[in-house]
Amino acid sequence: MIPKRIGGIKFEVLSPQEIRRMSAAKIITPETYDDDGYPIESGLMDPKLGVIDPGLRCKTCGGKAGECPGHFGHIELAAPVIHVGYAKLIAKLLNATCKECGRILLKNEKRDEYIEKIENKKRLNQDYEDIIKEVFRVTKSVKVCPHCGAEQIEIKFEKPTSYYEGEHKLTPKDVRERLEKIPDEDLPAFGMDPKAVRPEWMVLTVLPVPPVTVRPSIILETGQRSEDDLTHKLVDIIRINQRFLDNKEGGAPQLILEDLWELLQYHVTTYLDNEVSGIPPARHRSGRPLKTLAQRLKGKEGRFRGSLSGKRVNFSARTVISPDPNISINEVGVPKIVAEELTVPFHVTEKNIEEARELVLRTEHPKANYIIRQDGRRIKVLDTNREELAEKLEPGMIIERQLMDGDIVLFNRQPSLHRMSIMAHYVRVLPYKTFRLNPAVCPPYNADFDGDEMNLHVPQSLEAQAEAKILMSVQEHILSPRFGGPIIGGIHDHISGLYLLTRGEKLFTRKEVMSIIKPLNVSELPKPKYVKDGVEYWTGKQIFSMILPKITIEFKAEICQGCDECKKENCEFDAYVIIKDGELVKGTIDEKAVGAFKGIVIDEIIRKYGKDRAKKFIDDMTQLAIRAIMYTGFSFGISDEDIPEEAVKQIHEVIAEAEKKVEKLIEAYKKGNLEPMPGRSLEETLEMKIMQVLGKARDQAGKIASRFLGMDNSAVIMAVSGARGSMLNLTQMAACIGQQSVRGERIKRGYSYTNRTLPHFKPGDLGAKARGFVKSSYKEGLSPVEYFFHAMGGREGLVDTAVRTSQSGYLQRRLINALQDLKVEYDGTVKEQTSGMLVQFRYGEDGVDPTKSFRGKAVDIKRIIKEVLSEES
Amino acid sequence: MKKANLEVIVVYEELLNEYPLPSSVKEEIKKELERINANEDIARKVVERCYQVYLTNLMEPGEAAGIVAAQSIGEPGTQMTMRTFHYAGVAEIDVTLGLPRLIEILDVRKNPSTPMMTIKLLPEYAQDRDKATEIANKIEATYILDLADLATDIRRMRIIISPDEKAMKNKGITLEEIKKKVEKSLKNVEVELVEDKIVVQVTEPSYKLLMDTLDKLKKLVLTGIKEIRRVIVRKDEQSGEYVLYTEGSNLRKVMKVKGVDARRTVTNNIYEIYEVLGIEAARNAVIREAISTLEEQGLEVNIRHIMLVADVMTADGELRQIGRHGVAGEKQSILARAAFEMTVNNLLEAAVRGDVDMLKGITENIIVGQPIKLGTGDVELVLKFGSKF
Repeated sequence: MIPKRIGGIKFEVLSPQEIRRMSAAKIITPETYDDDGYPIESGLMDPKLGVIDPGLRCKTCGGKAGECPGHFGHIELAAPVIHVGYAKLIAKLLNATCKECGRILLKNEKRDEYIEKIENKKRLNQDYEDIIKEVFRVTKSVKVCPHCGAEQIEIKFEKPTSYYEGEHKLTPKDVRERLEKIPDEDLPAFGMDPKAVRPEWMVLTVLPVPPVTVRPSIILETGQRSEDDLTHKLVDIIRINQRFLDNKEGGAPQLILEDLWELLQYHVTTYLDNEVSGIPPARHRSGRPLKTLAQRLKGKEGRFRGSLSGKRVNFSARTVISPDPNISINEVGVPKIVAEELTVPFHVTEKNIEEARELVLRTEHPKANYIIRQDGRRIKVLDTNREELAEKLEPGMIIERQLMDGDIVLFNRQPSLHRMSIMAHYVRVLPYKTFRLNPAVCPPYNADFDGDEMNLHVPQSLEAQAEAKILMSVQEHILSPRFGGPIIGGIHDHISGLYLLTRGEKLFTRKEVMSIIKPLNVSELPKPKYVKDGVEYWTGKQIFSMILPKITIEFKAEICQGCDECKKENCEFDAYVIIKDGELVKGTIDEKAVGAFKGIVIDEIIRKYGKDRAKKFIDDMTQLAIRAIMYTGFSFGISDEDIPEEAVKQIHEVIAEAEKKVEKLIEAYKKGNLEPMPGRSLEETLEMKIMQVLGKARDQAGKIASRFLGMDNSAVIMAVSGARGSMLNLTQMAACIGQQSVRGERIKRGYSYTNRTLPHFKPGDLGAKARGFVKSSYKEGLSPVEYFFHAMGGREGLVDTAVRTSQSGYLQRRLINALQDLKVEYDGTVKEQTSGMLVQFRYGEDGVDPTKSFRGKAVDIKRIIKEVLSEES
Repeated sequence: MKKANLEVIVVYEELLNEYPLPSSVKEEIKKELERINANEDIARKVVERCYQVYLTNLMEPGEAAGIVAAQSIGEPGTQMTMRTFHYAGVAEIDVTLGLPRLIEILDVRKNPSTPMMTIKLLPEYAQDRDKATEIANKIEATYILDLADLATDIRRMRIIISPDEKAMKNKGITLEEIKKKVEKSLKNVEVELVEDKIVVQVTEPSYKLLMDTLDKLKKLVLTGIKEIRRVIVRKDEQSGEYVLYTEGSNLRKVMKVKGVDARRTVTNNIYEIYEVLGIEAARNAVIREAISTLEEQGLEVNIRHIMLVADVMTADGELRQIGRHGVAGEKQSILARAAFEMTVNNLLEAAVRGDVDMLKGITENIIVGQPIKLGTGDVELVLKFGSKF
């Protein structure tokens, strides 16, 4: 079956006749419910407007609550009022047309010229706002009507809804009469469609009353009814409307009538939009501004963004996540209690009816929760009716079966910034209450396990399941479309583990090898590298090679020191990685090889052997790494930051020297001996020089510390292999925290009248200490003054992050909105879908998909040449 | 290495011409083939295989290229810094970088917060420091305070300009010239040369006029281009030529300065490029600026994404911003515009115009609850039940 599609939606202005025609009831009384709690006829809760209370039936369509969509009513306004949304346009129209004959203040030929221009632009799908603006500008300056010769007086518009002709105020009635006179033929010149709108409709005489389903009242715990904001506003309108009518019939003085008219206008205005500038917003009794029509549509939680562009869904779950390196990257551990609640439809056919019956009869985990009969009725499967239902099962019924191993689900973490934020995983039902995921998929989700929660959705239709499996599963997203490299890869312990395993020539006996490769599916051991005294030894590199497919690559590892001349395979740091035919010959595996975002090995595998092999490699790699790191054991504690007395002394010396240098610089500055740098003032030069000196001092302190810590220190291992942290972090922990900064400068704010940062210092002190240099390390602890400066720098960082997230979020929303309709056509061009505008003749100038590109390159030529050459020889 | 002989290169070219590969790929293949000095056999194999890989690497039809591009640029936004840093290479000039700069580029701000130009010189000027400085002096805006001290004589209602000989010589400007310039730009004054000073006598004895004149005098640009506040001459390490870096930007005027190589001179003010050099130049400027901003932050974003953004911004011949007043605001669909920003106004306006939303885009179809026309939703193949394919 081909589903029907809505072809288009036309927008028009409701005419008074239309409002009356679609109305199910005329509303006259402001009362809603009578004393017995029944809705009053011709009141705002008239049963003809639809039902909200369960059990009652709609008096118009006979539907029950939930079935009846609701029906509009209407209020006959005692006097016309201006529609706020169109107030500005009305003002423009009044000034553009003759006050006497209502014609446009242009000669017919001129008018037709403009109309043709507009038509042309419309045909070309171009913006014609400018022409309309011109029409209004030109007509406004016309003093005499070219049609009847009447003199024109400029009409002044006063926000929100008043019009003055000279001193004389125009009532909405006058305005309406004038608008009525504008002939249909003139309207297109103002950009208005005579079929969609008559100008006088912008002055309301009848007000549509939305159905009760739009403004349901809620019953509080106390049993009181609490009405919707819209109902409140409508009550106000009807009250004033009634009062106006009574007064008019009673022959009240004009002055009072005018006041009431104003009041009616106010209520209708705020009913439409309660945030109009120039008038106070209508408020609830509690003082909260009412949420009226415009407010319901607007903004993030409004109808458009909140309810139409984004919708709430069933078949979803959310809980805390935790890591599990023993499941595959394309699996997700689902807690049993979640799996028992979520269901997948199981379509009963003649061929699977036995299977279905079994499901219904089951009393434990993968059982049937509901049965949907052919007539759409849902029946819950209970202990009491289980056997009966199983008996009655027949093809065509749908069983809602509990989620079980092997089902496909979508897994998501907010903020969903890119498509890798929602990926499809296969279910593994596990005990406990958290979602489990392989830590290697943390980078695309940007997840960690400090309390993060994630969402899970169960696709219901077969199409959705197929698409999820084929397009959304994790292995399809190993390569990021952003830069054409792997975004999934090892993190933290995976990297330190492999680093420890493969660095140098670590030897393992058969027993040790077996314990490390236990989780892997390896059936054959390679030849041992060494045999000593009859004992076989394998190297760590050999163990890693067991999970490698046959690839051949060479690259510099993360630990590469960047020597002036690379010694390649003779690298003394074991930093030049050579993999030959799936055998790690030389080099250490670290972040550059298997890390997320970098992962050269992963990249190579995916390009040579495809996504599934790469997935398997990452699975194996994570398990191997965890085993390897468990073999040696790996921990980090405060004692790992210990440095010997000697080092502390050296560091203090370095810092003292730097402080002295700073003093010298300040002295030179005060004496005027400092030479300013080109284009900088003396003060700026001094600051820059001081920053330089202190920065260097910290680096030196760090170097001293790392020299004494040695390469076996676990923090150093993590930093150099790229597993976690940096040498800078380590420096700050062990040696010296360094200069704190606010806005990229040394800290200078504080007491401006004495020009010092804190009362601990002399006025005008520019020294290192007084401007936020922290010479302690985190381990030593900070002095109170240092602590304060550190907090200043830290606060800036926090504010910066908060501001940045909101700014970049808005930027992304704008980007998505601007680019969402672009599509690559079958001919390789890129077109905007709504207007059909051609944006690119060939996507990206060469038509290459960035995901498949090799880090941006259309074709990885070097690889191809390598391949061809190796085949030839 | 042996140089591949010309004949072989011709063979490569002929080989490559048989395949409809993009020129950038062809160039690279040729270079690589020359590097390994491949014989015809190998070359043919390489080219054939490259072509096969190229075909598999093509974008699939129906791909939501726009959304992927938007995500690829938006997602790293969270990782960017917010601060102004010094321009790489020229520590003296502050340049906005990171997220604020990216926003500025996509917003098409007419006045970016830190306009900057990199001016290359014609060969005969580029090698000589003095000549380069001379041009720099011509371009840099010089105010009277840079060359002289101002003193007000309230009693006699006049301002005395006492110039600094050295500064004037540096700038290559004479007293006469200053006098002329002052005379030309000020009203209600008499300008006189008294010894080596310029005396500006206010014609009316009004204190206000005197002060106004003083202010005007301070703002008076004697030489150079008003927008360019500072010029720094630097020797480019790689090419060995002198390059001028400026704070402030005025492309039109700078291009006309003698000695400036207009073809290699750039500004970071994209709107200025659009006005002076046109839409294609603006497109390239958007790409260049966005890429360099992202690269500076160490973020890798494929250039194709940025090209797409730049092409959307410039597709209809005007430089449009990403946002309400540009691309997103000029959407055909009413619902898409309403869902973005200015919900109520868009709906009211659409009603008056009698507009029709044809529901061709993404947001519109999401709103009415229909499958979107992208990716798998764009395929209109339906299986006929009961038929054996």
